[in-house]
Amino acid sequence: MTALLLVCALLACALAPMFLRPPAVSSRGSVRQARLVSRIDSLLPQTQCGECGFAGCRPYAEAIAGGKADIYLCPPGGPVTVRQLEQLLGRSPAHPARGPAATPATVVAHIDEDLCIGCVKCVRACPVDAILGAAGQMHSILPAQCTGCDLCVAPCPVDCITLVPAAGKSQWQWPRPVSTMAATA
Amino acid sequence: MTEPMVISSPHRHVGITVRGVMVRVAAALAPGILVYLWIFGPGVLIQCVLAMATAVATEALILRWRGRPIRTALGDGSVIVTGLLLALCLSPLTPWWVTLMATVFAVALGKHAFGGLGQNLFNPAMAGFVFVLLCFPAPMNKWPAVPAAGAPAPGLMNSLGVIFVPKAEAVDAVSGASALNHMKSRLGLMEMVSEIRSDPVYGNFGGRGWEWIAMAWLAGGVALLVLGVIRWHIPAAFIAGMTCVSGITWLMNADVYAAPVFHLATPGAMLGAFFIATDPVTAATSDRGRLAYGVLIGILAGLLRIWGIYPDGIAFAVLIGNACAPVIDRYTQPRVLGVAG
Amino acid sequence: MIRELHAFPGGLPLAHYMEWTCGEESLLQPLPARIVLPLQQHIGLPATPIVNMGDKVLKGQKIAAASGYVSVSIHASTSGTVTDIGDHPAPHPAGITARCIVIEPDGEDHWYDIRPVDEYTTVDPRRLQEVIRDCGISGLGGAGFPAHVKINEGVENAVDTLIINGVECEPYITCDDRLIQEKASYVVAGTRMIGHAVQAKHRVIAVESDMPAAYAALARLVGDDIELVQVPARYPAGGEKQLIQVITGKEVPCGGLAIHIGILVQNVATAAAVYRAVTRGEPVVSRYVTVAGAVPRPRNLQVLLGTPVTDCLRTCGYEPQPGERIILGGPMMGQHLRSTDVPITKTSNCILVQQEPEPAVELPCIRCGNCATACPIRLLPQQLYLDTRAGNYDAARQHHLFDCIECGCCSYVCPSHIPLVQYYRHAKSHISAEERRRDGADHARSRFEARNDRLRADASAETQRESAGNTASANSEYVRAAVERTLARRQARDAGPDGETGSHD
Repeated sequence: MTALLLVCALLACALAPMFLRPPAVSSRGSVRQARLVSRIDSLLPQTQCGECGFAGCRPYAEAIAGGKADIYLCPPGGPVTVRQLEQLLGRSPAHPARGPAATPATVVAHIDEDLCIGCVKCVRACPVDAILGAAGQMHSILPAQCTGCDLCVAPCPVDCITLVPAAGKSQWQWPRPVSTMAATA
Repeated sequence: MTEPMVISSPHRHVGITVRGVMVRVAAALAPGILVYLWIFGPGVLIQCVLAMATAVATEALILRWRGRPIRTALGDGSVIVTGLLLALCLSPLTPWWVTLMATVFAVALGKHAFGGLGQNLFNPAMAGFVFVLLCFPAPMNKWPAVPAAGAPAPGLMNSLGVIFVPKAEAVDAVSGASALNHMKSRLGLMEMVSEIRSDPVYGNFGGRGWEWIAMAWLAGGVALLVLGVIRWHIPAAFIAGMTCVSGITWLMNADVYAAPVFHLATPGAMLGAFFIATDPVTAATSDRGRLAYGVLIGILAGLLRIWGIYPDGIAFAVLIGNACAPVIDRYTQPRVLGVAG
Repeated sequence: MIRELHAFPGGLPLAHYMEWTCGEESLLQPLPARIVLPLQQHIGLPATPIVNMGDKVLKGQKIAAASGYVSVSIHASTSGTVTDIGDHPAPHPAGITARCIVIEPDGEDHWYDIRPVDEYTTVDPRRLQEVIRDCGISGLGGAGFPAHVKINEGVENAVDTLIINGVECEPYITCDDRLIQEKASYVVAGTRMIGHAVQAKHRVIAVESDMPAAYAALARLVGDDIELVQVPARYPAGGEKQLIQVITGKEVPCGGLAIHIGILVQNVATAAAVYRAVTRGEPVVSRYVTVAGAVPRPRNLQVLLGTPVTDCLRTCGYEPQPGERIILGGPMMGQHLRSTDVPITKTSNCILVQQEPEPAVELPCIRCGNCATACPIRLLPQQLYLDTRAGNYDAARQHHLFDCIECGCCSYVCPSHIPLVQYYRHAKSHISAEERRRDGADHARSRFEARNDRLRADASAETQRESAGNTASANSEYVRAAVERTLARRQARDAGPDGETGSHD
């Protein structure tokens, strides 16, 4: 009889966490959480493009920290960001098929000045104020500030904005040597 | 369309390959094997062939299973040297199944379970040797008798018979104790070293016959040093460590403890110093680290020989040294140029 | 005083094959059909063109100005017409094009009106710096660091020792050897000029022990003011850090510069270029190039910058063939060329032709330690390789990845034929790209947050105005109040101290 009671007590202890609500986050826990969000945010590319489904990089970082979002949803970050997030969060590397396949080429927006009507819609859409312009005045992209997020392309009523490869410092990197001893399977 | 490969400097190479290193090591073992053959008969050659064949077969199977290119991996010759060294540590009269099990363990668990060439933590030959030593101590203890002291060295058919159809009487007819075993058991009977040494089992320095093999291993080791295949740090440190331990004990009581020369004139010590402890994959990498590593193994081997229950403690000493190598590496990293020292 | 020399760790005793090219007089490479001058032939920002297409230029005329401090100007190598300013093949391991100015020579080779600096010993060192910068001088030993920056740092900080580097340690290359033999007076005079510009306490010219003719040529000209030193031939004794260690025994601090320990190093060709710049006002328009290896007539050439490599090879009797590798530089640090249609630049010291080596299979590392023994910086190439292979770039950086000089000693001795230098180059370019990306992202984030703050401020100002009354009337009230304030201010100003109405702004 005692043995049976003991076993039931042990089972109850083991299964209890499944049914009890988690305790309210302590202030120390929320500070840690905020720090984690900042650290995740510092790894994201800050294009604020919304391709992950969240309203910007910080909301996405908050969602990852809260366990509500996957870490494979950021195309501008490319596989480099995925890997850095894996390392930060202590996750084991996923099969390469998950997440963005390649780091996207750096692009900047370009306005065709012959078509621009000065409607200011793109100026309002840019999350980093990389477009100079006022109503009725020519709009210009500041290439050094542009992150290539493409949020300005859709609002333009005359489709005068395109994304072109970023000029300036070469994007070429030395490739990693390919080892022939890798598994052939 | 694949991009043409980007080629980086340097555009020259000194010309050494892993296979070249392995071939030189095998060549340096040849004199010792010949002396072994001469004194103790063809048993050693049979063991070598058996071990090498098993090693190659095991590695080929495992590579196939892992999906790695077989010809490239086997082509580097490292597993052949593993088999050879293992066979040379075992007695020439070891039953075939003991050799087989030792080799399979060495290649499969000692090497490939860690990831293959360059990834193993423990010396595969020593891992295999210790495995069979712990599991099957009796067959491992059958050493050939020295020809002058007892029966002549077994011939080819006799050796084949002993190895492949091990019947107790046949084995006993040709076996005796190794010099170390002899010394240990007689010391255990409270006899004095000087009395024990007068037994015809012993030659000028160590066991009769065995000391010649040890000299041959020494010659091979020096050849490797001269060729630049190994550096002097590990052999020198190992010999120094072992000499220290045996020297101090001998100086304390020459009747109970054998002289350092006796210990160094054993094939185990010379093979260990120049061929086993110098295995680059499992040893420390910096020169200072190698000195520490060699001394550690030498001291441990000396201590285990004197106070351990097994006659030869080099295998255990090497394995312990292997386990310590990463820590040794971490604390003996050279000072980078320009860093305040 | 015989200086005591020290040794540097690691290194390799490589055969030099100098006898093929160092004994013969250098040839003048004829004018090519087209001169292609990349805007970036140095470390730093590319130069900015100051000519347009169709302009006629003279030899030595500045055609591109330095962009900022760490940059160098480009001059026309010969007189002719500018036919293009755009992307053309330039020396690059992946064959990527670079922005270049293309000149079609008119065959006259007419010089620009160049002016010397008179009496340089009495001239302010800063004037010398300007001349050096105007004449487009960057490190002609192969690194390409702007010379005026180095010399300026030397003027700002105390220079104990000036070392002029004539130590050609890479096999086959003898261009500096030939330069010294033919123009030793330029080198010695240039040394004195740089020594004066930086007020160096000691001046040293260093050559390798297997360069006896060069040594003899210099020995005739150096007085008590310059020490001539012969350094034991060992690769890479000509590397800046290694040479400093051999000559002074001091180590350049990790991540630091030689000037931090009071030493300035310049190449012999740079010193000769300084001489030309000061005594004639002549900018850098040509350089010595060794053509060696599997060519019928190996030779040193004096080549106008912008000459295609193909032309230089043809002078030595060679046409590119399949199965042969063409390298711009030496066998240890040279750059592989996919096409010989690239120009000679300020950093091209050698064109080497060798048989395409057997493709080597990269085996796993057997931890033999040959690489660490050979490394002249005492790095742990094995550790760096493992870190890079695992993608652990932070660990690689902590293990001093950026102190690697990419000399190639480690790859040369690796029994597993691991292309170690390529792993390190990959890691370095990955880390640099990551840093640029991270800086860009941080910058974008701060702009994004500033924008959000601004929008929030505007929105709260709007709600404040709304809460004061209904939007339209509150707005017009706000506007009316602003207009009244302005009128009042204007009346007060126009009334002024004299009480008269004045004109509007």
